[in-house]
Amino acid sequence: MAIRVRKKVEYSMYERSYLPEVVRGLGVSLRHFFGNLFGNRKTRLLQTLRYPDEKRLYPERFRGQHRLLPREDGSSRCVACYMCATACPAYCIHIVADESPDDEIEKYPAAFEIDMLRCIYCGFCVEACPEDAIRMDTGLHTPAFLNRQDAVLGRVDLLGLLGRAGTAPAYGAQNYREDKPRGS
Amino acid sequence: MIIVLSTIIKFVIFVLLFALPLATLLTWMERRQSAYSQDRIGPTRAHLFTLFGKPIVLGGLLHPVADALKMFFKESFAPDSSDHALHRVAPLIGFVTALIVLALIPFGPDITIAGHVIPLQIIRLDSGLLFVFAFGSLGVYGAALAGWASNNRFALMGGIRASAQAISYEIALGLTVVGVLMSFGSTELSEIVHAQEGLILGFLPRWGIVLQPFAAILFFVAAMAETKRAPFDLPEGESEIIGYFLEYSSMGFGLFMLGEFIEIVVLSGLFATLFLGGWQLPWIIGESSVSLGIFAFDLPSWAIGVLGMFIFGVKVFLLCALQIQLRWSLPRFRYDQLMHLGWKILLPCALVNIFVTGVLVWADPSLGILAWFGVALMVFFIMVVIAGPRKVSALEH
Repeated sequence: MAIRVRKKVEYSMYERSYLPEVVRGLGVSLRHFFGNLFGNRKTRLLQTLRYPDEKRLYPERFRGQHRLLPREDGSSRCVACYMCATACPAYCIHIVADESPDDEIEKYPAAFEIDMLRCIYCGFCVEACPEDAIRMDTGLHTPAFLNRQDAVLGRVDLLGLLGRAGTAPAYGAQNYREDKPRGS
Repeated sequence: MIIVLSTIIKFVIFVLLFALPLATLLTWMERRQSAYSQDRIGPTRAHLFTLFGKPIVLGGLLHPVADALKMFFKESFAPDSSDHALHRVAPLIGFVTALIVLALIPFGPDITIAGHVIPLQIIRLDSGLLFVFAFGSLGVYGAALAGWASNNRFALMGGIRASAQAISYEIALGLTVVGVLMSFGSTELSEIVHAQEGLILGFLPRWGIVLQPFAAILFFVAAMAETKRAPFDLPEGESEIIGYFLEYSSMGFGLFMLGEFIEIVVLSGLFATLFLGGWQLPWIIGESSVSLGIFAFDLPSWAIGVLGMFIFGVKVFLLCALQIQLRWSLPRFRYDQLMHLGWKILLPCALVNIFVTGVLVWADPSLGILAWFGVALMVFFIMVVIAGPRKVSALEH
């Protein structure tokens, strides 16, 4: 590895006197100070978001807490095909399949559990689902848990969640885009 | 009797109602001003009550109150191996010496009430400025003793740094003021203010900054170093030696902190007195009248006194704000750079200033040449700032 020798910098008399640059530096910080003190919302340079009071709008495709989508009769759309569990890189989805009472549908999930402590929110389960039965459009963060057992969300928990706009669960894939983010 | 009474009233007005609240306010100002300078918003959370569902935070003004309450209720801890008596006394020394200097600063003109002439200055001492420097030098005992009594190596290093810095800069500080003393011919502070009355060269106020701009800059730099604040905050350093107050908690630490802010107020008051004409505002406020363009009012003595106090307060406040802004604009010195600046730059410059001032005062005792020279210096400095080269040598390599 070559060693680069840095030459000793020769400062000019002007720079060594230091004072003019002090005044100029003061000018820079004063410009920011008065700009932020008297500026309006547009000219201010402040970037601070007062978090608990103001919240930043998440993008439309923000991947948050999962939910299971219901059919019109309220049962889960899931057909227990194991596509999501197979796609999941974190192995956090556990499905127990059982025979469906409905003749047209082969299987239903007797248990559908997501271990929120293992989930990495990659969204592969949503991509993999052939039935549009699982989505990550609730706009919620991971909830807080008091113990590890609580972190495993079951089918009933996931079915109870709503989409981001707070509207009723969507029934068909065609109105997927109607779930608009808050405030937009 | 009237002297005792008026002294108590002056003490209440100047120290209890002006200097101490201003020092407390400065803790808030520093946080808020630095925040805005760095595009942050600063403290906005402390509040006492909510109105219409919104907490009333008053722009964070209640934070100093919250800080003070917190400091009072914390445990005042002293290490077993410390020298307990000195450990207790040290914060008080720094705090009290800074407060004593306030007594000598004139904060308004003499007023006449019911036939009694009352100077708006708590103590009028002929030794004035010398007394100020004497107690300014004593102030460093607070930091040095705190470092020593804590029985902690890091605190001791902070204390040693503080004393070395104070000794170095006191020499420069004392010598820069000699030029002012030569120009105004007195060490008594209210006489220095009176010597700055009226105009010089027909259009400029006869202020110290016009007659002694070079000394003003040197004084400001040296005095900032005396307050031990950035860019001269070598006695403290969170990442390396922490500081002389390392073993202090609760209000012991609070006193160091508040003492530092009072030093800012004292320095601003001294600077305003020596270089900015104290409580005077030429062109507008005269001996017993106020003139604004074509309007002129005759005012009673007490009203002029109140106006003078107000103007002095504004000057002090602006100087405090300037110091805070400087602190948040400049990077800190290295310790050898600090010593270099003190001994090799400020000290010779102060000596040159004494010599030049001496020659100019001798050549023209009415100070006309001195004023022209000062104006020329100021214009030169402003030109250098405006027209100076923008490129930086260090970036060319």
